Formats: sequence, C-alpha cells, structure tokens
Amino acid sequence: MAAYMIFVARRFGQLLLVVFLGISATFFISHMTPVDPVAESITAITNFGKSDPEAIDLMRKTLTELYGLQGNLFEQYVTFWSRLIRGDLGPSLSAFPTPVSQIIFRALPWTVGLMISATLISFLLGNTLGALAGYYRKSRILKIVSLGLIGLQPIPYYVLAFILLILFGFVWPVLPITGGYEMNADLTLSFTLVLDILRHSILPAMALVLVGAGSWLTGMRALTSNIVTEDYVTFAELGGVGSTRILRSYVVRNAMVPQLTGLAMSLGAIFNGTVITEIVFGYPGIGTLLINAVHAGDYSLVLGLASLSIIGVAIAVFLIDILSPLLDPRIKAE
Amino acid sequence: MFTIIRDLIRYNIEFAIGLAILLLLIGAVILSFFSPYPASDIYVVAPDIPPDAEFWLGTTSRGQDNFWQLMIALRNTLAFGLGVAFLSRILSLVVGLTAGYAGGRVDRVLMAINDSVMVIPHFPILVLFYFVLKDDMSWLMLVLILSALGWSYDARLIRSIAMSLRTRPFTTQSVYSGMSMRKILVEEHLPYVMPIVFATTMNNMIWSIGMEITLSVLGFTDVDTPTMGQMIYWANSHSALISGIWWWVAAPVVAIIVLFIGLFLLSMSMNEYIDPRSRLNRMGS
Repeated sequence: MAAYMIFVARRFGQLLLVVFLGISATFFISHMTPVDPVAESITAITNFGKSDPEAIDLMRKTLTELYGLQGNLFEQYVTFWSRLIRGDLGPSLSAFPTPVSQIIFRALPWTVGLMISATLISFLLGNTLGALAGYYRKSRILKIVSLGLIGLQPIPYYVLAFILLILFGFVWPVLPITGGYEMNADLTLSFTLVLDILRHSILPAMALVLVGAGSWLTGMRALTSNIVTEDYVTFAELGGVGSTRILRSYVVRNAMVPQLTGLAMSLGAIFNGTVITEIVFGYPGIGTLLINAVHAGDYSLVLGLASLSIIGVAIAVFLIDILSPLLDPRIKAE
Repeated sequence: MFTIIRDLIRYNIEFAIGLAILLLLIGAVILSFFSPYPASDIYVVAPDIPPDAEFWLGTTSRGQDNFWQLMIALRNTLAFGLGVAFLSRILSLVVGLTAGYAGGRVDRVLMAINDSVMVIPHFPILVLFYFVLKDDMSWLMLVLILSALGWSYDARLIRSIAMSLRTRPFTTQSVYSGMSMRKILVEEHLPYVMPIVFATTMNNMIWSIGMEITLSVLGFTDVDTPTMGQMIYWANSHSALISGIWWWVAAPVVAIIVLFIGLFLLSMSMNEYIDPRSRLNRMGS
C-alpha cells in the first residue's frame, strides 16, 4: 500500500505540473496578442452609437481591470492565477454580465456526457474485438471487421464527422444532424426529452466511436497475441480451462493495464476529437461554445474555456492513472 | 536500402499499397507546378460546371478549376505536414536521446515536461493562438506551433530505445575513448533510432494534417492559400452541398481519405518492419 501511496503522490505532482505548464502557456499565448482586447471590446461597444470620451476612459479602466490587464506582465500573471484558483473567470463579453464559469458549466454536461459515453463504447468495443481477433486468429469475420475499424482510425475526426453528416443529413436523412435536442423541445425532464437527446447524440457518438475503436483494437490484438504465447496460458489450456475463461481472466485482465495507461495518455486527443465533432454537429457543448466565443470575440470566454479544458483533462488523466493499477491482479499481493 | 524496399513490396501488401499512394501523391505534387491557373486567383473559369472532359473534377462556385485546386492543395498540405514532422522530429530526437542517455534527474525533468505536453489538449490551445493572432496567423507560425505540440509521444519512444542503447558495450567504449555526449548521441545512437523516426514521421503527419484540415475548415488559418481544409472551407461557405455542387466537397474529402490511408499503411508496415516479433507473427500465420 505504501508503494501505491508514493505512486499516487508522484502522479499528483505530475498533475500539478501539467496544470501549471498548461495554464502558463494559456496565459502567455493570450498575452502575446498584437490586438488589444480592451480596445477591441470598446470598438465593439461603441459601434452602436456615440459615446463621450470620458465614458470611454471609464470603460477602458473597467475593462482593463475585468480582464486582469493592469500592472506589468508578472503582476498580471499573479492576478490570472489568483482569479483562476477562486474560480473567477470574469464576465463574458458576448453575454455580458453572465460569468464565464456559468456559461461553461451550462455546456459542460453535454461535452462530458458525449465524451464519456463515446469513450466507453469505443474502448469496450475496440478491446473486445481486439481480444477476440488476437485470440481467434483464423476468424475471417473478425479480420474484416478489424480491417474496417483500423482503416477508419487515421481519418481526422472532422472529416469522418463531416462524412457522416453528409451521409445521414443529405443522402439518407434519418437522423438529426444538428443540435443536442429538438429546436422547440420542452426542456423539462421527460421520457420524450431523453429519447430526443439520445437521438441527437447518435451521430456525434458514432463519429467518435468509429475513429476511436480502431486504435484500441490494434493495441489489444497485439497484446493478446503476445499473451496467448505465455506459458501460463498454454498451461491453462492444457489443464482444460474453457476458452472464454482463458480469454477473460488470463488474457484480457493482463492486457487491461497497458490499455488503461493508453487511455490516460490519449485522453487529451479524445477530448480534442469530442470538441471537433461537436462543432460539426452543432452539439451544444464546449466545442461549439469555443467556436462561437471566437467568432464573437469573447476574450474571457475563450481564455476560460482553454484553461478549464486543460485542468479538466489533466484531472481525468490523473484519475485514470491512479485507478488503473488497482485493476492489476499483481497489485493485491502488496 | 533498395533490397529492403523490394522485400517489403513483395511480402507486405500494406507497404505496397501505401507506397503506391505515396507515388500518386508525389505525382500530384509535381503536376501542381504545371497548373495553368495561379493558385489563389478566383473566377478564372466559368463557375459550377460539373465534372466533364474539359474540367475533370468540375469547377467551383468561386470559378476555379477543381482539379488544379486539388493538386495545389495537396502540395501545400503535404509541405505543411512535412514541415511540422521535420521540426518536431528534431525536438523529439533531442529530448528522447538526451533523456535516455543522461538518465537520472535530467531524464525525470525532461519526461515530466514530456508527459505534460502529451496530455494537454491541443485544440483549445490552437484556437487560442488563432484568437490572439487573428490575421497574423501565418502558415509558418502554425507549423512552429504544431511542432512545439507534436513531439512528446515520439520523444518517449526514442527515449526507450536510447535507454537500452546506453547499456550496450559500444556506448561504454565510446565513453572511454573520450567521445563527448553530443558526439555519442549524434554519431552512435542516432542511426539506431532513425527507423523509428521515419515511422513516426507518418503518424505525425497524420496528426498535423488532421489539425490543419480542422483549423482551416473552421476558417482559423490563412484561408487564401489552397490546402485540403481550405477547399472544404470555401465549399462550406458557398453551401456547396445544399446547392448540389457535390464535386467541390467530394474531391478534397476523397483525397484526404486516400492520403490518410496511404500514410497510415506506410507507418503500420514500417512499425512492423522495425518490430521483428510482429514480422515473425506474420510469417507464422
């Protein structure tokens, strides 16, 4: 157990480092801009009518403070961190004065829901098929399915989502292609609403699963075909253990740990994919919000979304990392 | 070198297909230099003509010959991918070889940074870059940014090889004969990791070109240079699908899929070539 605690502590250190580096990067990127966000905002506001110079001056001062842009670079950096730790991401400009954090938390469940369900499906599907394909090497059906999924894997998320959109939106219009629910849906919790939300999530989830499953399949197939040559598997086979049991308890259990480590490592990429897929289907999550924020020139919202994405992904990676050794049959011995 | 390629073509169907696609792409790149129209000029031909004998892939609503646009876009996209791959390979080689050879504290610090870069989601960072740079977002800038983000996974691979190279007798001998660390890494260790560098180049290009397409389609790059993503961007902004100009969308989408499958097959077969265990598997089955 002590060894495990050291492992967790080390992983936690890594988590802090990821957050520190990621947030610092976000800060410095946002400050190397040639455009002055304050000036931009003032132009946007004053576009609608005349304002006297005094009001503009006051506005400039308020906006500078809101964006945390007073003082030198280091002072701004400190302000940025202290606000972030307090969870204060400033007010959104495009939906003034709603706090950015509130807008993000409204979109977050959509992204998290889509990402978790799609990742679970593709992880289970890819690993199951991979284990079967590695164990029953002669099966023709498994070979064809593997080939199909592996062939889809290199296609960028955007392009695959786009193809699905064309197929199910224009060629064979059976599924809703935009949004997370019907335009005029009654948003009180009911059976029809749940069904509606599920129907809208089919295409985005399918795009993510089709791209994602292939890499789990390849990894699992390679691991399985290595493990089946191990002595203990041969011994179990000779001892008359059923093939389902061998596959489940002897092979997959051992292959699971590296696959989970792989999941932790690729979570950032999966998050990217989710965000990109959302944009294609206009799904009301983080991705669509991010693009809308860019188009609206909403400085604090873009910054808040980037920071929260980094923190969110880092925490998720940390959780998978510290949980995966617990699945390892060998850790119980300690 | 040539015997390796010949054997790979003979025994590895994935490599043969991948190589054929690669040659096709190189042909397209060469062809693009003979384009009769300047790359970013618009309304040089009649718009919206479906594919026929004169315009093989039709013309776009912007009055461009779709075929020549595609050739030039392929060239630009490939150049972009190669640029990112080249720069990020250098980064991953420096980090991977140094970490693997030096070990200890240097290794721990480098790998901690490496793992951080690996898990940070790239897309929001890239969007943030576009948001602050806007019109200053040039292709060179994007190449630099993507190189800075795309080295970590491969640095880890290279490090794992470098770690085993360090314990080999020839390394000890080089140290005793007074070679500097830089010299050992460049002259002794680099040749051993080169195959993996080539294999990861393909994967890196798949990633960077995918990012280019995504960002371009959203209009977050310099959309005046024809690239694969830029073609879809303009097709979308002219609602090509709704107005039935399907060839404008189909051409880049099909080309992208062919390009990615080609790169992927090459990377897969190279990985297999490097890893003798999977080669044995293939011979056995």
